[in-house]
Amino acid sequence: MAIKVLNPGLLTSVQDLGRPGYFHLGIPVSGAMDRYAMRAANLLVGNEESAAGLEAVFVGPQLAFDEDTVIAVTGADMPVRIDGEIQPGWTALPVKAGQVLSFDFLTAGARIYIAVAGGIDVPVALGSRSTYPIGALGGFEGRAIATDDELPVGRPTVRATSGRSVPDDLRRANPVPVELRILPGLYDHRVTKASLDRFFDEEWKVAPEADRMGYRFRGGTPLEFNEREQPFGAGSDPSNIVDSCYPYGSVQVPGGTEPIILHRDAVSGGGYFMIGTVISADMDLIGQLQPNTPARFRRVTMEQALEARHACAAMLDRLRKALQ
Amino acid sequence: MKPRYTFGGDEHLFVEVDEEMSLDAFFKSLSMTRIIAERAIEGVTEICPANASFQVKFDPDVISPEALLEEVRSIEAEAGNTDPVLQTRLIEVPVFYQDPWTHETLMRFRERHQDPQGTDLEYAARINGYSSVEAFIAAHSGSPWFVSMVGFVAGLPFMYQMVERERQIQVPKYLRPRTDTPKHTVGYGGCFSCIYSVRGAGGYQMFGITPMPIFDPDQKTNYLEDFMVFFRPGDIVKFKPIDRVEYDRTVEAVVKNAFKPKIREVEFDLRAFNADIKGYNARLEGMINGD
Repeated sequence: MAIKVLNPGLLTSVQDLGRPGYFHLGIPVSGAMDRYAMRAANLLVGNEESAAGLEAVFVGPQLAFDEDTVIAVTGADMPVRIDGEIQPGWTALPVKAGQVLSFDFLTAGARIYIAVAGGIDVPVALGSRSTYPIGALGGFEGRAIATDDELPVGRPTVRATSGRSVPDDLRRANPVPVELRILPGLYDHRVTKASLDRFFDEEWKVAPEADRMGYRFRGGTPLEFNEREQPFGAGSDPSNIVDSCYPYGSVQVPGGTEPIILHRDAVSGGGYFMIGTVISADMDLIGQLQPNTPARFRRVTMEQALEARHACAAMLDRLRKALQ
Repeated sequence: MKPRYTFGGDEHLFVEVDEEMSLDAFFKSLSMTRIIAERAIEGVTEICPANASFQVKFDPDVISPEALLEEVRSIEAEAGNTDPVLQTRLIEVPVFYQDPWTHETLMRFRERHQDPQGTDLEYAARINGYSSVEAFIAAHSGSPWFVSMVGFVAGLPFMYQMVERERQIQVPKYLRPRTDTPKHTVGYGGCFSCIYSVRGAGGYQMFGITPMPIFDPDQKTNYLEDFMVFFRPGDIVKFKPIDRVEYDRTVEAVVKNAFKPKIREVEFDLRAFNADIKGYNARLEGMINGD
């Protein structure tokens, strides 16, 4: 079976849970920005959590199905329609051959996840079907989907049933203003203590330059650097370091002005200092942020980061049980 | 050189081996990452070496951050006792300096540059004390370069100039990064040269272009069939200036999949290199030019 793309939306790509293991060569993990939503969509249609689906940002695609199947849409709040008829999100939906899936305007969040029973069956590249467009790797021909593409769908291993739904308390909300928890570290010694305190006190806003590679923020006060003679090879700007690795979620502040949080399609390294890293529990949240969303950065300890991680894992376990 | 340990969130241990760049820091970082890999520590999922630092990705559900930190710290002393010797590749990379494509691009982004009146090469030559662009190109292509990191984007090599520190070229990055860089641009930022493996954004000064593919996600290029990324940390590169005729000829060979880079297997010994940089480089030069 295949899905025909009638309209790709703004930017829609094939994603799964990613391609770990090649960051040391500059190839990022990629995969769903909001992994929880991707997993939920797959579980609803009876797929493995790691099956490939579609991620669409801000604007939904229009897709035609050539066989009867079951689909689910999770993530952002964006009304779902099948042949024009409104349908619930976070629910396994039956689709008949010839029917068309479309969407209304986004009302909250940023990215929807569309799973189809059997998963999108593009070739596996370095262990994943996720799209890494800069490297023309994975996904559908290494790029975002386009009008008239025919996306191959795999054979479901179990018989998918429609009607199941994710309970309300297991649909993650997209709170505004958003709070992102950060473990300070990396090169935070480069800025003054007062400046760092202010960074965590002030309100920031998501900038328009926010994509799968990284989310930029603005609105806060520029950072003040501790004076030093720049080390050999670092470059002359006080925000420069000798090019190092960049952790996923790390918060770099080029020139000390606008923080950038690296996400799933991160560049693997570079020469800007970082003041800390968003904890793993809050990475999915970033994938649901719209430009101009007010944001605060909260300082946490490693212990709190691990507690939050366990809370996320517990929620995922509840989701798995609910959809068994 | 006192390594500094810090966590990148709950999934990364970050180790800055030294604040400043040197081959000594690179080798210490390399030997630490090798020992970590050999120990096959449960819960370690990825090891990423950089120029003078490295990062270990881990699963804190399997190994606690404190336990990992302790284990990696314990490796520090052992790594100091390792011989800084590397079995590696010496690779000739043809470069068409002052090519029309990077020239067109640098003119397009002139308002983002320190010196809007000149070219990137003219600027780099001047601030590094060279009398002409030609003399600067002779210096850039005159010594070998050490691949001290692969990354930023897929397969991009960062290369460190193998000369005495006082002779090393240094240039700042663009004031504001460009939104476009031609694929295969030979660039420069800080003390590092690089080759852009794909087209895209970039902040390094642009000196020229190589006809040699270094990343092929389709793995059809004959020398990238086994793996899509060409460079590995520790590779040694020698740039060979070429003119338009040779550039076009090489591109034609690449299209026919008949181009093969010139590669020699070599042993690199950092102590011997540091003892006689000029002589060591002359021997490397002899190896790449000899049959």
